[in-house]
Amino acid sequence: MAKNDVKLLGVWASPFVMRARISLNIKSVNYEFLEETVGSKSELLLQSNPVHKKVPVLIHGDKPICESLVIVQYIDEVWTSGPSILSTDHYDRAIQRFWAAYLDDKWFPAMRRIRGAQGEERQELVDQVVEGLALLEEAFGKYSKGKAFFGGDQIGFIDIAFGSLLGWLRVTEKLGEVKLLDEAKTPGLVKWAESFCADAAVKSVMPETEKLIEFSKLLMAKMKGAPPPKN
Amino acid sequence: MGEVKVIGASLSSFCCRIEWALKLKGVEYEYIKEDLRNKSPILLQYNPVHKKIPVLVHNGKPVAESLVILEYIDETWQENPLLPKDPLEKSTARFWARFVDEKCIVSAWDACRAEEHEKERAVESAQESLGMIDKLIEGKKFFGGETIGFLDLVVGSLPNWLKFLEELGGIKLVDAEKFPSFHEWSKKFVEIPIIKEKIPMPDDLINYFTTSGLAKTIRGSALANNK
Repeated sequence: MAKNDVKLLGVWASPFVMRARISLNIKSVNYEFLEETVGSKSELLLQSNPVHKKVPVLIHGDKPICESLVIVQYIDEVWTSGPSILSTDHYDRAIQRFWAAYLDDKWFPAMRRIRGAQGEERQELVDQVVEGLALLEEAFGKYSKGKAFFGGDQIGFIDIAFGSLLGWLRVTEKLGEVKLLDEAKTPGLVKWAESFCADAAVKSVMPETEKLIEFSKLLMAKMKGAPPPKN
Repeated sequence: MGEVKVIGASLSSFCCRIEWALKLKGVEYEYIKEDLRNKSPILLQYNPVHKKIPVLVHNGKPVAESLVILEYIDETWQENPLLPKDPLEKSTARFWARFVDEKCIVSAWDACRAEEHEKERAVESAQESLGMIDKLIEGKKFFGGETIGFLDLVVGSLPNWLKFLEELGGIKLVDAEKFPSFHEWSKKFVEIPIIKEKIPMPDDLINYFTTSGLAKTIRGSALANNK
């Protein structure tokens, strides 16, 4: 398969799409970014991801790969001449996969629900997210070994999985009027976030917080106007 | 290759995946049975984040989350590989493994727990997911091809769990006519000796749920209503 025929279906605001873009950047892979229109799904998307109908979808040659963490690992395994995203040690890889799964299965779902929640439920979600950040701070201390990233000198799998969520974390803090990433409680992560956002592979694909805030307000307004979902 | 322990619970579909993988690779391990209603210090020490089973402990180092553990096992012990070497095929296996855990199992539970007026729709939704799994195994001996692979272990105890959920919820999910390939695969899979040795049986699941009183927490449970 020609290594140079790479397309990525995505939307600018999606943290999951961002993971794929960072990974492709790390490996210096040239790709065509096909931006989906928010609110509608292209034929190509429906064909390439008939199961979930969601972005990101990486199309390599004519083969689609779906689900952001699956895509990141695929990129790491195909483009082996670039820097490694996952560790070469299989125990360390297991740790990296564990934390990525934690972020997607527990931490991010709790965080994205904060804005729509109220009262006791909201406080519980905030507590969960803050506790999660404490766990991640500890993990960062352990795995970075004094370097800038979870992956050491270079951005690795956990950096990509977590760092891609920073934009929406900031939106939640601003619009939800809540402090989540606190220098006093998680100084390591605060510094890490700065390094991550400044990294060459990340800078060009990290959406501006202000733009995300506007986008988020639009989404919330649309949701409020929509009929209530059937549970 | 070192000391291996598995902290697990016999009725967990996530735990049996791990034991099957180790047995397929001829790896000796110590099984530590966990009482989930009274979690041991050892579990809390090895999986402080989730406090859940299964946990694999290899030379004192813990690995948690069943799909993560399966990949770790496959990378550490090379006999009888579970995942294909090709990155695209590997990605496909990983994709479907997440699908099974996030959609099939969850939608089956939702159908089991649904209120009467929502049951039909919930069952349809669960069957839609099962239909995709049925298509995936069509014309193949195993999800892994000629030999048992990663996805076989992940799907593994689903047939028995579905039988249990059908009885618990008074619903019909699996249909030999609707899902002939899945049905064929499940009949063969549960008879494989290594698998048969350690697989949650529908009767044991029903027994556990009724004796623990959990059946009553399932709205409209056929089992709870029969008690």
